[in-house]
Amino acid sequence: MTPQLAIFFVLATLAVLGALSLIFQRHPIHSALSLIVVMIALAGLYLLMGAEFVAAVQIIVYGGAIMVLFVFVIMLLNAGEEERTSFSKLAGIAGIPLAVVLLGFLAAAIARSNESAQAGLQSGALANTKEISTMLFKDFVYPFELTSFLILVAILGAIVLAQREKI
Amino acid sequence: MISFLYANATIIIYLVKIALLLFIVLTVNAYLTWFERKVVAHMQSRWGPHRVGPHGLLQPLADGAKFLLKEDPTPAGVDKFTYFLAPLMALALALTSIAIIPFGPEPLHIFGRDIDLGIANLNIGILALFAITALSVYGVALAGWSSNSKYPLLGGLRSSAQMVSYELALTMSVVGVLLLAGSFNLRDIINAQAHHPERGILGWNIWPQILGFFCFFVAAVAETNRVPFDLPEAESELVAGFHTEYASFKFAMFFIAEYTSMITVSCLCTIMFFGGWLSPFPASWTFTHYLPSVILIPFGLWVIWDGIRYETIFGRIILPGVGTAITAIGAVLILFPPVNEFIQGPFWLLAKIFVFLFVYVWMRGTLPRFRYDQLMSFGWKLLLPVSIANVVITAFAILAKSMWGTQ
Repeated sequence: MTPQLAIFFVLATLAVLGALSLIFQRHPIHSALSLIVVMIALAGLYLLMGAEFVAAVQIIVYGGAIMVLFVFVIMLLNAGEEERTSFSKLAGIAGIPLAVVLLGFLAAAIARSNESAQAGLQSGALANTKEISTMLFKDFVYPFELTSFLILVAILGAIVLAQREKI
Repeated sequence: MISFLYANATIIIYLVKIALLLFIVLTVNAYLTWFERKVVAHMQSRWGPHRVGPHGLLQPLADGAKFLLKEDPTPAGVDKFTYFLAPLMALALALTSIAIIPFGPEPLHIFGRDIDLGIANLNIGILALFAITALSVYGVALAGWSSNSKYPLLGGLRSSAQMVSYELALTMSVVGVLLLAGSFNLRDIINAQAHHPERGILGWNIWPQILGFFCFFVAAVAETNRVPFDLPEAESELVAGFHTEYASFKFAMFFIAEYTSMITVSCLCTIMFFGGWLSPFPASWTFTHYLPSVILIPFGLWVIWDGIRYETIFGRIILPGVGTAITAIGAVLILFPPVNEFIQGPFWLLAKIFVFLFVYVWMRGTLPRFRYDQLMSFGWKLLLPVSIANVVITAFAILAKSMWGTQ
């Protein structure tokens, strides 16, 4: 086993365990912490593929900014431990078959995409900051700007909702 | 044994470098507390620590022993896992960020190998640092939350709000530097400031990026929770803020983390705006290469002179010894020109870092604390717009320069 593969398995296990812990923890803060572990493990996986920039941005944006806001809100609301409720019947009847189908599709997709993923890795499309910025600001500039406009609209909506009384 | 060493030389060199850097950083941390107490004391017409060892020089050791030996109670009702995780996280992240700092231009030739001064030479250097900074909010926030006590909770809330707000300005303020250097790598950023060796200090980023430096330094002081932005631990309002419920070595871990991030910020200011290891003098002034000796030898002689008149016997032995060692280092630098050439880069880097550490202490001795609303409006209404303006101005200046080709 090469060191890369070993690191991959460590990070992948960490990500899966973090995701499971996110669901099974009773306290919101612990769930948020588990989510941070998932984010960092994913960043590690990006790093392993040579996508340094994406890894750093993953930690800065998701691990840092977004999750800090989650933790901040949980702390501010002083949310206590959740209560366990019984398993919903609908989830038992419809959820489990759907989950199985979804997993099947995912497995099939992963099995098929093996070659194209390798090719993508070798072409170094994710490799450096310059190529990513060329892609974002040259090849896909209009979708990129449209997305940023969408986020701006969302921010404005949040401000309007928050200040409804004053306006 | 030997063959094992050769086969794993790269890993062993890294481990040794990490251990050495860790040792140096922790020692510097300890003496930074001494330095801070001494300087603030003299600013307030006091003596500062002077009982333990000559000039109080052994005070950090005494403090360390006290931290290790004190009882470490865990308050009732804390969230155990998070309570233990928070100081670990704060310390680990603060120490990790030091690994990215390069400490000198030339690799050290030893045992037939080139050893870089600095541990990780990353392509995404500055981004990796911001990633670590982004995570270091959790140390403080979780410490405040998990203590199950109102003052730490308020301190933690304040701190996470403050760090999130100032992180924006911090990140925006370095974009100008990145545009000038065209790289995230810290070594490239320094080398970009050395394009005109004859300009010396005038070639540094501080002149074109003075707005960026202002925003960066203010935001970085706020990120490290130091005066005048130390609201998370404002003792008149919050007892000791987020670390109120921490005692003994867990408290020491927060303390070390804070001082380590001070060192990191000083390194970053030096590297990004003040030319890193570049000398402030034009490259042709080779006589300035004797400056380390010119500073070290008189300083060493002064320590000897001060030591022989010191009041305690212990001081009369230790201080002249230390003074002799400092003088000897200065003499070695004059006698062995290759060593002197090698030491130039690290000397300037460390000298500039020292100046920034002094500024930190100076501010603590001078400035009063911000009020919370002042802090927020300062961050959002002044620093952020100014740093964005700086990005726009820098980008247009670079564009104009490339369009009209003015040199």
